[in-house]
Amino acid sequence: MRIDCKHVWQHISAYIDGEIDASQRVEIDRHLETCEICSAVLDSTRNVVVLIADNRVFELPAGFSDRLHARLDKEIELTET
Amino acid sequence: MTAYSSEFEADWIRRIVAGEKQLFHDLIRPCERSIYFLLMSLLRNEAEAEDAAQETVIKVFLNLKNFRGDSQFRTWVLSIARNEGLGRLRKASTRREDSLDAETDEQTGDYTPAILTSWREVPSEALERKELGSLLREAIEGLPVIYRNVVLLRDIEEMDVRETAAALDITEGAVKVRLHRARAMLQRTLAPRLKGFAPRRGGLFGWGK
Repeated sequence: MRIDCKHVWQHISAYIDGEIDASQRVEIDRHLETCEICSAVLDSTRNVVVLIADNRVFELPAGFSDRLHARLDKEIELTET
Repeated sequence: MTAYSSEFEADWIRRIVAGEKQLFHDLIRPCERSIYFLLMSLLRNEAEAEDAAQETVIKVFLNLKNFRGDSQFRTWVLSIARNEGLGRLRKASTRREDSLDAETDEQTGDYTPAILTSWREVPSEALERKELGSLLREAIEGLPVIYRNVVLLRDIEEMDVRETAAALDITEGAVKVRLHRARAMLQRTLAPRLKGFAPRRGGLFGWGK
């Protein structure tokens, strides 16, 4: 039985993470060969996942680490007295 | 992210508890980003997330002798961060924008993706354009909190399913379901808007100009 687009969409995340079993992967791959919509949905989802993982998207506030370690130093001093 | 072996970590923890307290600075450094962004995800306010991150780190320092080593150090640290964040949310419950309890994985939602017939990849270099970063941040900030937390730890901090489940105190199955839904929601929101950031077809010097 041929799988439909909805079935592919349900497994996209697991497919990207390589967490589906081999037989399902084969079915999905076969579907992707002929379905340009699912191919575009998969490619765009993967692209989004790659982009959000880039360190430039989420940066710590400037000086965050310095302030944190300065506060920590005070706390360490307190435990030593 | 620096990968520490647990033996190395355990040795440092022993030394810190025994009195070499300055070593704690280096022990906590690799966890700083994850602590902050988990708290940012929960509290949605930079100043408060930073304050909560400092409190978390101090709690970790003061309770280090209680760390049993039955989970990874970072997982333990993140569960302390999560408790700190949830405690603050409970105190300020009137300010809460989304419920942490009401949304369950049983709810059936419409996870139809944005339908496209072709996709031109947006390269990471396009992040040099500030609008792209803001677009991605806004989309993640717009997710319901239970999905935002998972996407943050799995896709942004690149933690594995097990570690994410332990840090958020949910099952591994729930991590997978929530991650799937989060990615589907992000694709639906972002795909139509990202198209403008793709390089122009065929041009060698195309994108961004």
